[in-house]
Amino acid sequence: MIKEEIKRRLEKNIKDWVVKNPKRIYFTIESKDLKETVKLFYQKMKLRLSTVTGIDNLTNFELIYHFSCDKTGELFNLRVFLSDRDKPEIDSLCDIFESSNWVEREIHEMLGIKFKGHPNLTHLLLDDTWPKNKYPLRKDYSNE
Amino acid sequence: MSERRVIPIGPYHPLQEEPEFFKLIVEGERVVDLEIEIGYNHRGIEKLAEAKHWDQVPFAVERICGICSTSHPFAYCLAVEDLLGITVPERAHYIRMIIDELQRLHSHLLWLGLAGHFIGYNTIWMWAWKAREPVLDLFELITGNRQHYAMMKIGGVRRDIKDENYPAIKKMVKELYPTLKMFAKAVNDDPIIQKRTKDVGILSKEQAISFGVLGPIARASGWDIDVRRDDSYALYDTVKWSVIVQKEGDIYAKILVRVLEMFESCSIIEQCLNKIPKGDIETEVRDIPAGEGIGRVEAPRGECFHYIRSDGTNRPIRHKIRAPSLMNVPSNLVTVPGYTISDAAITLAAVDPCYCCTERSAAFLKTGKKILTGEELVKLSQEKTEQLKKEYDKK
Repeated sequence: MIKEEIKRRLEKNIKDWVVKNPKRIYFTIESKDLKETVKLFYQKMKLRLSTVTGIDNLTNFELIYHFSCDKTGELFNLRVFLSDRDKPEIDSLCDIFESSNWVEREIHEMLGIKFKGHPNLTHLLLDDTWPKNKYPLRKDYSNE
Repeated sequence: MSERRVIPIGPYHPLQEEPEFFKLIVEGERVVDLEIEIGYNHRGIEKLAEAKHWDQVPFAVERICGICSTSHPFAYCLAVEDLLGITVPERAHYIRMIIDELQRLHSHLLWLGLAGHFIGYNTIWMWAWKAREPVLDLFELITGNRQHYAMMKIGGVRRDIKDENYPAIKKMVKELYPTLKMFAKAVNDDPIIQKRTKDVGILSKEQAISFGVLGPIARASGWDIDVRRDDSYALYDTVKWSVIVQKEGDIYAKILVRVLEMFESCSIIEQCLNKIPKGDIETEVRDIPAGEGIGRVEAPRGECFHYIRSDGTNRPIRHKIRAPSLMNVPSNLVTVPGYTISDAAITLAAVDPCYCCTERSAAFLKTGKKILTGEELVKLSQEKTEQLKKEYDKK
């Protein structure tokens, strides 16, 4: 089973393994292990990146990488916390697959998280004249 | 080698119903590169949802798209139900499925019409949209609206389908079959459609997987994914239907997948009507506790993804929405270059980017007083057609 395989292969890296229901599995890893884990998911286990959710928790940033296993219908939700609020950074996944390109650009402009190694980290949805260092999905954002 | 030139399409262009900007870089007739710029239609609905009550969000997300309008509230409701760990009554499941499949029918017919229009085959456009009209009429009968049905609710559905409406649904589906067969035959037989769409805009399976494309685009490239089967929601696992997959990855395969899918949708609707039990249509939900949930729905364009997080208050603190077009549109970067400019229009349209078209409108003064009714607008439009006809006859 794919659940057991992930648990076995990533035993050392995984924290807070939660099976909310048989189709929704959540767990946390360190940001330095992200790329290796994603390579394993995509290349070896043939999981598909559904999307990435970025959340501002006020004390830190949280990214949830949603990986879908289309054979079993399970959704593996890989949580990464970025504790440096002033300079949030994480590795880009663009050299592994194309699907993260626009997703990362959106998170970058909405939450101000930098994706290291992204080929074109420019605005996707917001206008180019949008003021710098103003990120609309941060909780401390104000309209003034 | 001829000189490189740039052909801008958009942000506002007669071929496009919605603003988006494509920069075609061409050498002579051949497209060698493509740049895509979006964001002209950004409305910040994720941010907006954080300021709405749990029960108001379905109305907000329903307005993300005017075509697959029920997929978003459906996915949102599934996400909240996932958080709560509740199930909805069986009758509500079937009503949700009927609405979802009717929506797929009208969306695919709309796309088929547009595809015909883009290759300059306006007969298909007229036929497809004529066949789509009864589906919209049915929506009006069941829900009161042709678009934005407001049927989905956390814990069930907002409205029941009345017993006296069953015959109308059955009749519509029965009458649609021959039309669909005609489309299938036309696509298979017509040499012009084949010439324009075969071996054009090919997306290989490897590229499809790398771009993470969804829905009919993925299935036309031989990638067998469908959330309805893979992560079965509602009661899709209790009805008989099959996932349509083609290997070629060209425009023709994309047309074929959508046309054949419509037969499956008709079959699902018929089975639902036979199976639907009497009973409640919602499970009462009072409070939403802290937690998180994910809902996935196979929209006509592919997997529609909603993530919500609650802190126990009456609003979501985070609501992430990923519509299928966000994954599908970037695949144009590999499907458009290498072909001619005239193929670009149909290739760009083949991913079915979410075009929003509302067919009824009313003009309002600032005081809120209506100055033109729907009938008056139609009358105006007919008068203009008559006038143009007369001018043409004079010549």
